[in-house]
Amino acid sequence: MRRIVLIVFSVVFIYPFVIQIANAFKTDPDAAANPLSPIPHPATLSAFERVFMDTGMPVWLANSLLVTVVVTLGRVLLDSMAGYALARLRFRGRAGLFATVIAVMAVPGVVLFIPKFLVLNQLQIYNSYLALILPLIADAAGVFIMKQFFESVPPGVEEAARIDGAGTFRVFWSVVLPMSRPALITLTILSFQGSWNEFPHTLVAVQDPSLFTLPRGLADLVSGSLGGGTQFPLKLGAALLATIPVALIFMVFQRHFIRDPNQGAEKG
Amino acid sequence: MRSRTRENLAGWLFVAPVVVILGLFMLLPILMALWVSLTGWNGQGSPFRAGVPFVGGDNYARLFTEDGLAREDFMTSIRNNVYYVAVVVPLQTALALFLALVVNKRRTFFRTAFYFPSVTSSVAISVVFLFIFSNSGAVNQLLALAGVDGPKWFSDPRGVIQLLVGDPPAALTEHGVLGLTWWDWLSGPSVAMCAIIALVVWTTSGTFMLMFLAALQNIPKALDEAAMIDGATRWQRFSRVTLPMLKPTMFLVLTLGLIGTWQVFDQIYVMSQGNPAKTTLTPAFLSYRTAFRDFDYGMGTAISFVLFLIIVLMTLFQRWVMRERKA
Repeated sequence: MRRIVLIVFSVVFIYPFVIQIANAFKTDPDAAANPLSPIPHPATLSAFERVFMDTGMPVWLANSLLVTVVVTLGRVLLDSMAGYALARLRFRGRAGLFATVIAVMAVPGVVLFIPKFLVLNQLQIYNSYLALILPLIADAAGVFIMKQFFESVPPGVEEAARIDGAGTFRVFWSVVLPMSRPALITLTILSFQGSWNEFPHTLVAVQDPSLFTLPRGLADLVSGSLGGGTQFPLKLGAALLATIPVALIFMVFQRHFIRDPNQGAEKG
Repeated sequence: MRSRTRENLAGWLFVAPVVVILGLFMLLPILMALWVSLTGWNGQGSPFRAGVPFVGGDNYARLFTEDGLAREDFMTSIRNNVYYVAVVVPLQTALALFLALVVNKRRTFFRTAFYFPSVTSSVAISVVFLFIFSNSGAVNQLLALAGVDGPKWFSDPRGVIQLLVGDPPAALTEHGVLGLTWWDWLSGPSVAMCAIIALVVWTTSGTFMLMFLAALQNIPKALDEAAMIDGATRWQRFSRVTLPMLKPTMFLVLTLGLIGTWQVFDQIYVMSQGNPAKTTLTPAFLSYRTAFRDFDYGMGTAISFVLFLIIVLMTLFQRWVMRERKA
């Protein structure tokens, strides 16, 4: 009984991805007539050819890659620096700052769409790479994760290094960071996934198609001029390209995806 | 003394980048938006220059008290989102708990399968579901196998309650409250909204399943064994032992659900843009549309703030519930 339930639900959760993959390799008429069939007949790469020839896919991919890499590196460095300071360094205003970080984590992202646009506009960086990257380059949740992690590590080694005369940044860079691999991996993966999938921020940060990231381009492709009932293999192929990188990382680093229950549920 | 000063300096240097970024893009925006929501700024130039009309509470008044399109759209979006919350939260919570119970102590394959949808791109997965729910798509083909003529998911604006009970009595269509007729309020989510609901329940259940799993694994085995020795049936062990132990997690999942479901945006943007006939319009999407398509930034931000208030109330509710637990 339990076995049957498990199998039924596995099909429900996996089959949409099978449909996505299979139909991306079908011809338009085949996808329209046999959407359920897992086997393309005939199998063709024409959807992908059209994705790369007729849409902005090459630009979207390049932009997504750039934004994701810069944001991930930025978050890993800046969040762990701030997390370290909040966990270890005694400076005036620390408690208040930490309370603010917690409060910022609770601010719902959707209510910040227009406000973020206002700031980007006021700073005159709207519609630029800076607007795509800068607002995402540090995040409160990452600071929180790193602070929790540093507090769980005994301070002995750092103190020894400090007695040897190393400065704070030196201790952080060459003693603390190398010991923090597990937390850094988690933060890297969460940042990668978050920034690769990020969509609404791009809506309020840029409007020039040459600055679109993959989710933005894909959304434009579907709800824009190419919309309507047809061209599903093309759209599914493009969606597949957006899914693959995170899927690969998920397969490799599965256990790191399991987040602290107290800060999940970021997806609407 | 000197070392104290140095540690102060080092501390602030370490947090400075994060403070600047969060201050610029999380706190400052809220203050600026508060100002803009009191103006009629149209997106031209700076909202702080002299020529921008100050309208005071007008934008808020148009949402709540003045008859007109603004209030009609806003109330419609509230109506849609209330239905969405009322269906998604119980469904995703029940499904998450159910999945956690069946995969508990199982190989990780099933956990991975159920969790995977929630790490993928919301835009990409919306595209897939748009195909699955298209007129001759997978869902309608399955329905056809069962002899049911599936609806045109994204062009049929009728509510599901309307589909069940048929045409409304005149008493409900002639009178109303807050700019909508009683029937508008009561006709239920449209089939398009139901498709979006299906997608969201499918993507988020995995996340909440993991929370239930973590809680299940913290329940001492001895409890269950003691109940078994006392002769409790399987159902009794679940409802009298397991479920009470899961109560804190249950509250957490419910309230995170309440907060998250008020923020639905990506799926609406990709799948329906608020259509058909505004039945999938939500406050989040409406605020975006009002600002960036109609260039009424004052009204758009006012809607954001009302939504903010709704979510803050949900958050406070969560805090209050969690405090009860600790006491």
